[in-house]
Amino acid sequence: MSRIQHTFKRLAGEGRKALIPFITAGDPAPELTLPLMQALVAGGADIIELGVPFSDPMADGPTIQRASERAIAAGMSMRKVLDIVRSFRATGDETPVVLMGYANPIEAMGVEPFTRAAAEAGADGVLVVDYPPEECHEFAASCKAAGLDPVFLLAPTSTEQRFADVAVAGSGYIYYVSLKGVTGSATLDLDEVARRIPVIRDKVGMPVGVGFGIRDAATAARIAGLADAVVIGSRIIEEIEQSSHAEAPARVTAFIRGVREAMDAAVTQPGGAR
Amino acid sequence: MHMADAPYDLPDARGHFGPYGGIFVAETLIPALTELRQAYEEAQQDPAFVAEFKYELKHYVGRPSPIYHAKRWSELLGGAQIYLKREDLNHTGAHKINNCIGQAMLARRMGKPRVIAETGAGQHGVATATVAARYGMECVVYMGSEDVRRQAANVYRMKLLGATVVPVESGSKTLKDALNEAMRDWVTNIGNTFYIIGTVAGPHPYPMMVRDFQTVIGKECIDQMPEMAGRQPDYVIACVGGGSNAMGIFHPYIEHADVRLVGVEAAGSGIDTGMHAASLSAGRPGVLHGNRTYLLQNEDGQIIETHSISAGLDYPGVGPEHAWLKDIDRAQYVGVTDAEALQGFHDLCRFEGIIPALESSHALAYAARLAPTLSKDKVLLVNLSGRGDKDMHTVAEKSGIQF
Repeated sequence: MSRIQHTFKRLAGEGRKALIPFITAGDPAPELTLPLMQALVAGGADIIELGVPFSDPMADGPTIQRASERAIAAGMSMRKVLDIVRSFRATGDETPVVLMGYANPIEAMGVEPFTRAAAEAGADGVLVVDYPPEECHEFAASCKAAGLDPVFLLAPTSTEQRFADVAVAGSGYIYYVSLKGVTGSATLDLDEVARRIPVIRDKVGMPVGVGFGIRDAATAARIAGLADAVVIGSRIIEEIEQSSHAEAPARVTAFIRGVREAMDAAVTQPGGAR
Repeated sequence: MHMADAPYDLPDARGHFGPYGGIFVAETLIPALTELRQAYEEAQQDPAFVAEFKYELKHYVGRPSPIYHAKRWSELLGGAQIYLKREDLNHTGAHKINNCIGQAMLARRMGKPRVIAETGAGQHGVATATVAARYGMECVVYMGSEDVRRQAANVYRMKLLGATVVPVESGSKTLKDALNEAMRDWVTNIGNTFYIIGTVAGPHPYPMMVRDFQTVIGKECIDQMPEMAGRQPDYVIACVGGGSNAMGIFHPYIEHADVRLVGVEAAGSGIDTGMHAASLSAGRPGVLHGNRTYLLQNEDGQIIETHSISAGLDYPGVGPEHAWLKDIDRAQYVGVTDAEALQGFHDLCRFEGIIPALESSHALAYAARLAPTLSKDKVLLVNLSGRGDKDMHTVAEKSGIQF
C-alpha cells in the first residue's frame, strides 16, 4: 500500500477528511520551502502538494503564476525540488508528498530519470497538469513502476468516459477541479460538487479530493462534508506573499490549523459526515 | 522514414504528427476540444460551410491573391527568379484573415457569441477583431504589453474594430504570455467563448484546422505557378514563427517531391548569441501550449525568452507539423538575422515598390541569399505573408528616425 493510500485509509478509520495544501517549491526562497512544508504538517496537513515551478503555468491563475516566477527567479530547478523532498522525507516518514507541475520540466529531465529520482527522493505521487491520461501512458507506467501514484484531474465538464480513463491510468486519489477556470478563481459551485463527487468516487474507486477555488475554512468545511480531501493552494500562497520570510511558516501553520479545525468539526457534527 | 512510403495524411485521429502535436492540456479543456473537433469535422463535411468559406475568401478577403514576378529584384540578385505570393494584398494586410474567417464561421455554427485571440505582431488580433465585427461577435484580444508598445498602430486598429485589447504583463510580456492568458480566459468562459488561435500550434485540432484554412494559399499557388512561371517552383520559401503562413503554402506542395520547402526562422542577433527565436534550428522537443514540438528552453525545461525584430516571429515554439517535416527531412529550416531581414525589407521597398512585413522580410532575405547561388532558370516562390505598414515605427527606430 502506498503512503497516499495508507493516509486515506487511516483518515477513514478516524472519520476525518484529508487536508491537502499546495505550495510552490522555492517560493519565496528555496531555503524556506522545507520550513513551510513542516509548518503545513504542524497545522494539520495530511498530504502536501509541492508545486514544481514552470515558466508558463497555463492552468494556473495569477497567484500561483507569481509563485512560479519568484521560485524560478530564485534559481529553483527540478533537481533542487527533489533535494527539498529528500530533506523533508529525512525529517519524517508519515506525510505523503505529491509533486504537481507541468510536463516540460519532466520531459527535459527525461520521464524515466524523473520518476526514478522522484521516488528515490521520497515523493509519493505526481500530478502533471498538462498530461491528460491519453497522452501519458508511458509516464503513468513509469510512475507506477517506480512506486509513485500518478494523480489525475477531473473537471465539472468531464464525461463518464473520462472517469473510466483516469480510473485506469491513475492511482492514489483523484483531484476534482471544482470550477471552470484556473487556480485561485473565486467561484465554487457546491451543489455541483455535491452531485458529482459520489458518482466519481463510485466510478474511479479512489478517494476524491476537491480543489480550485477553496479560499476559506468555511468552504473547506462544506467540501469536507462531501469529498475525501480538500486541496487549498492559492490562498496559502497569498498568506506567504503577505508575510516576511521569518513570519511565513507561523502564519501558514495558523491558517492551516483554522481550516483543519473547521473540517474536523464539520465531519464530526451529526449529519456532517457523508 | 521517407515520404514515398505512404501518402502524407497527418495528423492521426488524436492529433499527432509522429511524436509531435497531441492534446497536452488540463482536464478542464478536454471537453471543449472534443466539442471543437466534432464541430469542425461536421463543418468540413457540410457543403454549405465549405461554399460560404470560399465565398467569404473571394468577396471579403479578396482572394485569390496574385503571384507577382519580382523581375527587377531577381535581375539585381543575378540568379534564380523570385516570385511573390501576395498575401499582403488580402483584406487586413496579411494571411491571418484566411484562418480567422474559418474559425469565426465555426464559432457562429457552434453558437458561441464571444471570441478571444492572442496576438504577437497584432496581425492575428486585427484579423480576429475584423471578423468579429463582420459577424457581430464580442472580441477580446490578449497581447503582451511589450508587443502593445511595439505595435501601437495595430492596437488602435483592433480598438476601432470594436475589440477589447488586454495587455499581458506576465512572463516575457510577449506572444507566449498572451497565449497563456487567452487559454486561461477560455477555460474560465468555456460555455460562450470560442478561442481563435492564430497559428498552427496549440492542442489538436488547432494545428490541423488552422493549416486547413490556410492551405488556400498553397492550393492557389499550384494553380497559378504554371501560368506565371510555366511550372511549379524549385523552392517554396516562407517565414516561420508559429508557422501558419508557411504551413499554408507548404502543405499542398508536400507531395510534390521535387519542390524544396524552406522555412525561415528568426535568428535575431544570430543563433550563436542566444538572442533569437529559432525553435527548430536551436531548440529541443518538449511540451508547451497544448502540443509537443521543438521549444526554446533551458536545460531545466523552462521556456526562455526569445528575441526578434519581428513581433510575429517572437515565439519559443513552433507548429508541431513543422517539427515533423523537419525530422522527416521534407522541409529545411534556416535562420535569418534581424539585420538580414531589414536588408530584405529595404530591398523590396526600393526595387519592387512593395513594403513587406518584417516577418515576411525574413523569407525575402533568405531568397536573396539563395537566388544568386542558383541559375537564372530556377524558380523561387516566396510567401509574402503580410504588408509592412505596421512595422514603420520599428524600421524607422532602427534607422534612427523619430516620427
